[in-house]
Amino acid sequence: MSEFLSYFRQDRLPHIWCPGCGHGTVTGALVRAIDRLGLDKNKVCVVSGIGCSSRAVGYLDFDTLHTAHGRALAFATGIKMARPDLKVIVMTGDGDCTAIGGNHFIHAARRNIGITTIVMNNETYGMTSGQFSPMTPKGMLGTTAPYGNVERSFDLCELAKAAGATYVGRSTSYHVPLLIDLIEKALQNDGFSVVEAVTQCPTYLGRKNKLGDAVQLLNWIKDQAVNVKAAAVMPKEKLEGKFLIGELHNGPAPEYSAEYGELIARVQRSFENVKGGLWECASNSD
Amino acid sequence: MSEQKKVYFHTIREKWCKGCGICVAYCPKKVLELKDGKVVAARAEDCIGCHACELRCPDFAIEIHEASGERKHEAEHVDFALPPEAHHA
Repeated sequence: MSEFLSYFRQDRLPHIWCPGCGHGTVTGALVRAIDRLGLDKNKVCVVSGIGCSSRAVGYLDFDTLHTAHGRALAFATGIKMARPDLKVIVMTGDGDCTAIGGNHFIHAARRNIGITTIVMNNETYGMTSGQFSPMTPKGMLGTTAPYGNVERSFDLCELAKAAGATYVGRSTSYHVPLLIDLIEKALQNDGFSVVEAVTQCPTYLGRKNKLGDAVQLLNWIKDQAVNVKAAAVMPKEKLEGKFLIGELHNGPAPEYSAEYGELIARVQRSFENVKGGLWECASNSD
Repeated sequence: MSEQKKVYFHTIREKWCKGCGICVAYCPKKVLELKDGKVVAARAEDCIGCHACELRCPDFAIEIHEASGERKHEAEHVDFALPPEAHHA
């Protein structure tokens, strides 16, 4: 399947991620979804912030941008506004997206700007040696939580839905076919789409919490995941301590950059009958 | 008459494999094994082509192909050991 490899900067591989890290699986799922849709390489722009997950753009052979911590969505918003014809994808981690870039995230969702955000949630800050993040479950250990994390964690999908994202889905690095389907649908959605991919971090989260190696961590994630269709017929007490996977929200709404383009066209039209046109009016105004 | 069994072969990029063992653990037919920290298709004839290993491999190191067509070994033509600077000189 050389088509699959053609989306990578092969000279940059093997990648920097630890053995057994799930970020590679998610990157592979994104490439497979793009391959399935047959998107033009030159019409895709992938943006990332800082963190383990954000290394992904260095290996992808699209137009890519590796930006400041948490600001991937801010940069992506600029790209989408300047070039609405591009397919803008943001690859971000749980710390990058919900802590440092939390505000950018909710406002990108509120505007419903046409960006596909893939959040690789490994429930820790892997790059800086395993501090707890806003997505670390309560009670888990981290280097900054040696006696257990007392903070409650975000439900990112609920947050995105409440903030106004039009497509929200969640999968894991174990449920890869579902992840590919979700990313494919998210890419087709005209608006802000969020796909949360729960991944394993064997080096920090796994080791610190004595959860075992990559395979045991994957099984641990698998046991917690419940498909949203199955959850609909399950009693509430059985769903405690579990998270839902699958398509969680799909509610199309007008897309921001298209709306903004229409506004510009409308204002320009309103100046058509004015003497001198838009340019004259603009240069004469204070 | 039973259908003829499909034959699959594995393209393994050893230089990319980090030996995490995910593919070995999730292979339903126990086709794969770790040898010196790298994956090998020990019982390739048992492979049913489910792609469970290929999809979950975090290192893009394993691919399954149906052996009907021409055998492609594109991975062997690229020297992945070369440093990236060599390609941009």
